[in-house]
Amino acid sequence: MTGKTEVSVTVNGRKRHAMVEPRMLLVDFLRHELGMTGTHIGCEHGVCGACTVLLDGRTARSCLHFAVAVDGAEIETVEGMAGRDQLHPIQEAFHQHHALQCGYCTAGFLMTTVELLKRDPDPDEADIRRALTNNVCRCTGYANIIKAVAAAAAAIRAQS
Amino acid sequence: MKPAPFDFRAPPDLAGVLDLLAEYGEDSRVLAGGQSLVPLMNLRMVQPAMLISINRCDDLDTIARQDDRLICGARVRQAAAEESELVQQDCPLLAAALPYVGGQANRNRGTVCGSLAHADPLAELPAVALALDAEMHVATRSGRRRIAARDFFVGELDTALQPGEFLEAVAFQRQDADERCAFLELGNRRHGFAVAGLALRLGVQSGRCVMASVAVMGGGATARRISAVEAALEGTLIDEIAVAAAVAALSEAVVPPVDVHADAEYRRHALGVLLERALRSEEER
Repeated sequence: MTGKTEVSVTVNGRKRHAMVEPRMLLVDFLRHELGMTGTHIGCEHGVCGACTVLLDGRTARSCLHFAVAVDGAEIETVEGMAGRDQLHPIQEAFHQHHALQCGYCTAGFLMTTVELLKRDPDPDEADIRRALTNNVCRCTGYANIIKAVAAAAAAIRAQS
Repeated sequence: MKPAPFDFRAPPDLAGVLDLLAEYGEDSRVLAGGQSLVPLMNLRMVQPAMLISINRCDDLDTIARQDDRLICGARVRQAAAEESELVQQDCPLLAAALPYVGGQANRNRGTVCGSLAHADPLAELPAVALALDAEMHVATRSGRRRIAARDFFVGELDTALQPGEFLEAVAFQRQDADERCAFLELGNRRHGFAVAGLALRLGVQSGRCVMASVAVMGGGATARRISAVEAALEGTLIDEIAVAAAVAALSEAVVPPVDVHADAEYRRHALGVLLERALRSEEER
């Protein structure tokens, strides 16, 4: 019953294919089939937010999707954020404001911030807290993450 | 953990979904957004032999008016409903409750009908469906039937849906333009499961309540309409006395569940506070 099925998705602009079992989670597909280990697995039941990616332009928990069920989708991961030799402004702000310590949760926070700033280029602190409520960090606390998101928003507004 | 092995199909339309459900019945589960089902599969609390994805079914993506109803198809994501002008205009109670459902990443994928079919006793949308006298549009390969929300939620994670049946749409009652409504929720975290929640609709003419619809979550094994509170409110002036009577009726009517987040007494008290808050804002108008 567990025959493999072909899955084709676009990840960070590149077409990718693999044969996988239906039960393979998207996060495992990214990490094990494509070798893209930037997306981390935390709780594996949709609570911690570490595995957040963009699925067709919106945040999604990659541990709550089967790769076969998103066949044909466009996926963006943390690996697609930075330019060749320059961090994305959100990554730069996280770096500057010490918004990470162990870094395990960071990819999820970054992708969640990408969506937030796409919707609202000038969020206030309450907006930022609300947007990040679904992501858990267990080492830095949240103060510096919130500062970093505000700084990233300002940097992106200044660019455009 | 990883889910147990299963077979997977993603038919292109409703007919394909119904054929597979007829074939596999109880051994199958329907996958919409997966925000409730996949955690249970990852924890191996649910192990379907066949998973039927409705994510390719463009015919299930409709939000549309039909007479006094607003119809929401099985693939309508919670985020799409939240952003829909039709929902905001016709069912402001639903629009008010949706931001409480999970986090943005969950609402981007989770569906309105999926949450109803999952029937978590502390989920928001069953309470909204009850308060809006929703009708569940249920289909099988051999026919269709409609189930009133009141008869749909049978118990914790249990609905009136039979094996082979599929919730193809939900039809909410459209609210009157001058009707007032509120959705209030108390929880330990904004995105986590609620401790208690309350959906309220009020028709008020010259200060007097002419229509009341009250549903709660955290007041029983499922979301529930509380007719004793509606009876206490209808025909009265919404003043301090009416508020106290309504809160007393609510406290008596609920049988709150007990879990690690709250005991029954706390939930009973919290529901009373939520009702009082919802009604006080009426009093002040």
